[in-house]
Order: sequence, then structure tokens, then C-alpha cells
Amino acid sequence: MTLARRLLGFNLLTAIVLGVGGWYAGWFGAHAIVGPSIDYFGNIDYNELSVFLAYLGGVVGFLAGLGFLNYPLARLRGYPPSLREKETQGIGRYFTLCTDHKVVGIQYLWGIGLFFFIGGLNAMLIRTELLTPHNQVFPAGTYLTIVGMHGTMMMGMMTSGILGPFANYLVPIMIGARRMAFPRIEALTFWLLMAAGGILTTTIFFGGFPTGWTGYAPLSNEASAGMDNYILFFALVGISMTLLGVNMLATIVTMRAPGLTWTRLPIFVWGVVSTAVLMVLAAPVLIAVLSMEALDRTAQTTFFVTAGGGSPYLYQNLFWIFGHPEVYILALPGFAIVLELLPVFARKPLWGYRLAVAGLLGVSLLSWFVWQHHLFVSGMNGDLRPFYMLSTELISIPTGFTFLCGMMTLWRGRIRYTVPMLFCLAWFFNFLIGGLSGVFLSDAPSDTTTHGSFFSMAHFHYTIMGGLVFTFFAGIYYWVPKMTGFQLNERLGKIHFWTMFFFFNSTFFPLFIAGFEGQPRRVVTYPSGLQFLNDWVSISAFCLGISMLVFLFNLVWSLAFVKKPAEANPWGSRSIEFQLPSPVPVHNFDRLPVFTSDPYGYGEGAPPLGGLAPAGAPAGRD
Amino acid sequence: MSAAAPAGSVATPNHGRRVVIAWLLLSAVATPLVAIYVGPLFPPGNATVQSQGQVFDNQVMTALMTPVICLLAVFFAYGLVKFRAEKNEALLDGPPLRNDAKVQLLWVVITSTMVLFLAGFGTYELLKDGSGGGQGPNPIAFPANHQSAFQVQVIGQQWEFTYRYPSLGLESNQLVLPANTDVEFHVTSLDVIHSFWAVELGVKADANPGVDNVTYVQTKSPTTFHVRCAELCGLWHGYMFNNGEVVSASQFTAWAASAEKIYASIKPYVNRDAPYGLTYLPDPQRRAG
Repeated sequence: MTLARRLLGFNLLTAIVLGVGGWYAGWFGAHAIVGPSIDYFGNIDYNELSVFLAYLGGVVGFLAGLGFLNYPLARLRGYPPSLREKETQGIGRYFTLCTDHKVVGIQYLWGIGLFFFIGGLNAMLIRTELLTPHNQVFPAGTYLTIVGMHGTMMMGMMTSGILGPFANYLVPIMIGARRMAFPRIEALTFWLLMAAGGILTTTIFFGGFPTGWTGYAPLSNEASAGMDNYILFFALVGISMTLLGVNMLATIVTMRAPGLTWTRLPIFVWGVVSTAVLMVLAAPVLIAVLSMEALDRTAQTTFFVTAGGGSPYLYQNLFWIFGHPEVYILALPGFAIVLELLPVFARKPLWGYRLAVAGLLGVSLLSWFVWQHHLFVSGMNGDLRPFYMLSTELISIPTGFTFLCGMMTLWRGRIRYTVPMLFCLAWFFNFLIGGLSGVFLSDAPSDTTTHGSFFSMAHFHYTIMGGLVFTFFAGIYYWVPKMTGFQLNERLGKIHFWTMFFFFNSTFFPLFIAGFEGQPRRVVTYPSGLQFLNDWVSISAFCLGISMLVFLFNLVWSLAFVKKPAEANPWGSRSIEFQLPSPVPVHNFDRLPVFTSDPYGYGEGAPPLGGLAPAGAPAGRD
Repeated sequence: MSAAAPAGSVATPNHGRRVVIAWLLLSAVATPLVAIYVGPLFPPGNATVQSQGQVFDNQVMTALMTPVICLLAVFFAYGLVKFRAEKNEALLDGPPLRNDAKVQLLWVVITSTMVLFLAGFGTYELLKDGSGGGQGPNPIAFPANHQSAFQVQVIGQQWEFTYRYPSLGLESNQLVLPANTDVEFHVTSLDVIHSFWAVELGVKADANPGVDNVTYVQTKSPTTFHVRCAELCGLWHGYMFNNGEVVSASQFTAWAASAEKIYASIKPYVNRDAPYGLTYLPDPQRRAG
């Protein structure tokens, strides 16, 4: 096939062209319908409706260009169903709709990585501004947009940070299946996320948005058109999350191989279950609240406008009903990766399997009952505060299960300090600080001071960056050799780990003090007495950024230039994905495996997952 | 230690006892030290009864956390050294320990007890005097003499705070409070959500449009404090701050008299009786300052 032929098909290039076309169609179409702006609460720079319709048109064009309409249209025209899209080899399949779960996993890895990088650059810009309280590097509005982009990018994109790359790639393999339950929906979740990322990034062409990642009304009602990008971004992320969660649950419930009972499931898959439940139930609330905000901004409803009979509390409540489960959507996959990797590198079975599962599910359940601690000083019903204090602190009990199971797995092990193991051990350190600082925030009296300050900001960076991003890297170092077939450089990995660990703590620990000293979040300036602290943090943050470049260099250097082939099982793991060749072949298994135990039988003398591809096993579906 | 410790080896030293003893010793030393020397360093300081209560809260919580931190420190310091694999060791498995019901039970009981104690203690502290947090229009936790509290309305707008003293018929852009007085703040907003944070007083209450968010604080001796907006409220959120003062009764009377002259034109609009106006009269453009 010539290059020209390849570029003409349904692929990313076509998608971008059609996306831009769809954008302009929506833009002019909306102007034709409503003409000038109908905005009478906020500013009148833009016709809000046209911004919404433009981006919706753009998303539809983008998805059509990738080929998402081919299957439904073929079915509407009466053609018989074909189960999978055309199989392709080579680099092209990464730039189009591909229903191979392994391709989607790798697409996620790079796609999420790209936006993680953009979000990280925003963090560097924030710290540049905060080098001095006096001179403005950025205008105040630009600064708020940078803050909002950083927060929204990280909180939106990284919800799929572990489930996207690792669960999509590994869950079907770990449960002995050849695909996800809904492969086309699986591809859709990824491309929706990419469309969303593009929408959020282009907010800069519409004046940005001033609200940070929480998007509180009524500030969002008076914001310029860039706010619409925020709404569309998060709503698309919500749709993507819901679909991802449904897909994961359906796959894990229905497609487990023979013998894989619930008590033999790898703990990572249990982590995916507990996260997917939250995604399915929480993300629709986000979509709902953003739809209401979109109506407030376009159709001039007044859900959140006090003067029109609405209430800003409605927004805050709905947002945090989503928002608190959301932070556990970020944290739980991290717990699961730690518990999955510790047995491998401690050479011991996972200790207290049932307690670990109870911990994951317990956090998942309790996370629904804590959201009003985000409203402790907002003037919510005062009687409720003791309850939310209690429920918030109760979460530390199931979280403690994870700590206990992890620590007892290390107990009397033969611990090997590989790069993924170092990242897992760092999780204990980071999450301990994150969790204990959370006690100050959950305690309503103490929260009076820490609420909305840099203290809470340091707290959630310890739990989310310390909990999610560290385990994300653990997963990368552990599974990327399996996914790509190439080894990552271990020495660079260790340099990456130690610089990241040191500068992460050097960046965020002083922020607890800044918060206690009275520095509110999201400020463009601060008392000059806090300059030393802020400069220390900024310089540490730049070094933290450089440590990420070490990782990026390692990734590109190892995968594109050195290309040292990875062994099938470089870690001596008993998990099933490491009994397969690296990279995993297209159909995963020649014959479906039969499971006779969980993958943690270290020291028990059994052969590693002896049930893999036994003679006479059922040929399986698909 | 190179005893390869296969499962059930008789020569295995009692690691558990070692860790527990080291932990108990370390905790016994560290906890009082932290409680006595680190605790009092906690903000927001002793400017008010409420801020002192928060410091005490932080002190108790930190003291309670110290044994937890000690346990993990001892565990990892011991475990990561003692249980490490030898360099270039062939893949050797550890003992296949899968469970220990007693350890699980002990852990669950200890963590649950701590959590329930924290929640109970926090509730008690909160209900004692309100802890300075905003409680909405119908507060449930007051200082003892809240009926006679000195009332101040805090009006947030982009991007400054205005303070009204209904009992004096006075409005000002400066927050001045009499010392040794129970103060009742009524916090509201004219536009978006702000948050009134009087840092050293240990007071924080969101300013919502159309909502009367009440909070209490009991001032002590004269001091100065910072007021900051703690909820992102748009472009100049970072610059929404000013300084306040707690002054003696006589100084307060003098200040009130001088401020009354400056803001005389506002006087007819300052409501002398509750309910508080939740919109601004006269026009927002003519507010004090």
C-alpha cells in the first residue's frame, strides 16, 4: 500500500481533518440558529451555544474520521455483523480505531503520557509564577487558566491513568480472555479521551477559564467562553470513564477463564473492579452537573444562580458526589498495583488476600459517604459535620487493610530492590504522609484552618501524585517490557526513581507549612514572608520536572534506539501475563488457560500457573 | 543475616518480637516529645479561644499519629534491611505465609479504636465552641455567651471584603475587633463564592451569594491578623487580602468614632437589626473604601 493510500483511510489524520470540518459546521450552524449571543448573565464576547455545537460537531467528525461510524452504518444498511475491525499489523493500527485490547492499552499509555506531560508543564509554569510574590510572570487571568489546566488535565486525564493503559492491556490476559467484552467501546473510550484533551488544550483560544478544576458556579457562569471547553472536556471524560467502567465490569464478570474463581483473581483485577464500580456510578453525576452548568450558560437556566432561585450549593454537592469517589478512582488502582507487585519482589504470597479485597471494596463503598467534608466551612447544615467527620475518618480503616497486607507481604520475604519495587515502596512513604495529613483535613476543627489552603493542596498531591503517579511508574517499569518486548534501562530507572522521590517530597512537604502559615490555594501572589518557602518549592519542582525528563529519555532511548529484547518473564513473576511471550501475541492464548490457583503461590512449590494452555482445554469464544 | 529462612525453619529469630519492642520503645520516647515540643508550634496560634482549640486538636492528633509513624519507620527500617535478597541471589522464595487471623484482628481493632476516638474527640471539640468554622444560617455550636456576642457582617465581593458593624451603624473596609469579646460573624457575598479566612483568629467561612453563613470567635488580648480569601473567586483572588486588628475596648471605641465620620454616608443603609441584608444597599459602587 502506498503512503498516500494509507493516509486516505480512516485514521488519525482523517479524523483531525473531519474534526476541524465538524467544528466549523457546528460553529456556523449555531450562529445561523441563534444569531448573536443570548447571554445575559455573563460576558457577551461569544455565542456560547456556537462554542458548544462547534466542539460537538468536531467530536463527531473526529470519531467518524477514525471509523467509529462504519460499523453502525453498515448494520443499518443491513450488512451482517462483523465481530472485529480489519486486523492490521505495524504502526498504523495505533493511529486508528483498533479493537485489539493490547493496542488500546499502548494507545492509552502514549496518549495519557502526552497529556500528563502537558499537565506537568503547566505545573512548572505555576511554580515559575510563584518564584516571587511581587512581579507577575503571567497576567492574573493567564495564571488562573494555567492552574485550571493543570488541575483539570491531571484530574480528568489521569482518572484513566492506570485503568487506561494497564487494565485495558492486562485485564483480559489476567482473566484468560482474548478481548474485552465490548472492544469497539474500548477503543471509543480512548479516542473520546483524546478528543477531550484537545478540547481542554484549545481553551486558550477562548480566554481560558478562571475556576480551577472544580469549576464552581457562579464563578463559572460569569467566565468567558473558555469555560465551555472545561465543561465539554470533563463531560467527555465522564462519558469515557462510564464506558470504561462498564466495559471492565462486564469483562471481568462474564469472561473469566475456567477455574478463575473470585478468590483466585489477581488483586490488580480486584482493584479494577472496585475502581470501575466508582466510575460507572460517579461519572454520570459529573455529566449531569456539567449539563446543568452548560444549560445555565447557554439556555439561561438558573440551576446555580441564586438570583434566579438556584443555589451554588447544588453545584458543590453534585460536583463532590462525583468528586470524592473520583479521587479514589485515582487512588485505588495504585493500591492494587502495589499489592500486585509486592509478592513478585518479596517472593512471597500476597498476605491476607481477602482482607486486601475487603480493603479495596471498603474504600470504594465508603467513598460515597464523605463528600461534604469538602463543604465543612461552606455553611452546609451544621448538624451534618460530625457525621462527615466520622465517615471520612472511617475510610482510613480499609486503607489500613492495604497497608497491613502490603507490609505483611514484605515480612520475612526475599526483597529485591528493582525499579518497580522501589516505586511501590515509595507508595508506603508517600501515602502515609498523605493519609495522616488527611486526618487534619477530616477533623472539622482543624479543617477550619487547613481548608482551601496549600495544606490541602499538599495533601492531595501526596495522595494522588504519591499514590497514583508513583504506582503508575511502577506499572510502567514492570509491564512495559511485556507490552513492547523491549527492556527499559535499569540504571536510568533508578536515577529516575531517586530523583523523583527526593524532589517530590522536597516539593510538597514544605507546602504543608505554607498552608498552615496562611497561603490559600490558587493564588498568584502571597505574603513576602513565605517567599523562601515558595522558592524552595519552585526549585524542587523544577528538579522534579527534570527527573521526569530522565524517564522520558529512558523510554525513548530504550524503546527506539537500544531495543534490547525483553525476556518473557524478567521478574520471575507467577502472574499469567509473564507466562506468555513478550510482546503478547495478537490472540493472547492459543488455547484458553485453566486456572487452579491464584498467581501468588511463591514458596509453595507449585509450578507457575501450570494450567496455562493444557491439552484439551476448551477453545474458547471469539 | 544469611539464614535463608525456608518455611518453618527453627533457627528463625523472632522478628516480630524485635519489631514490637523497638516500636514500643521508640513510641514511648517520641510521643511525649512530639506532644510537648512539636504540638505547640502548630498554627493558627493562641489569638482566640477557637484558634487555641485548633492548636490543641492538632497537638492531640499529632501525638496520636506518632506511634503510627514509629511503627512504619521501625517496620521498614528493620524489614527492608533484614529481609532483603542477597546481591545476585538466584530467585529464592520466602516462606508462604498467607494469613494470620490474630494479626488481622489486632490491626482492625487498633485502627478502628483510633478512628472512633478521633471522630469522637473532633466532634466534642467542634461542638464545644464551633471551632471558628462557618456553620450556615442556623449554627449549632456556640461559645457560652453567644446571645450577647458582638456582631459583624462580612460582605465578600470581587475582590475585597467589607465589614459592617450593625450595633454601631458602621461600615468599614478594615476589620477591627474589640479584645476579650465574643464575636459573631455573618458572612455573605455579593457575586461569586468567596471564603473569609481570618488566619490567626482560626476563622474560616465561605461567603455565598444570598446566604448568611454564621461563625463565632472569642478574641483575647490585642493582636493583628491577616484576612485572606480562601476560595477561588476569579481574576484577582490572590490579591483579595487585608490586615485586621484586635484592640482594647477603649481603642476600639476611638476607632469606631473615627471610622463613623469617614463612612457617614453609608450609615443610613447599615441595618441595625438582624436579619442581615444579603444584598448590598446602597449600590455596590458606593461601598466603604
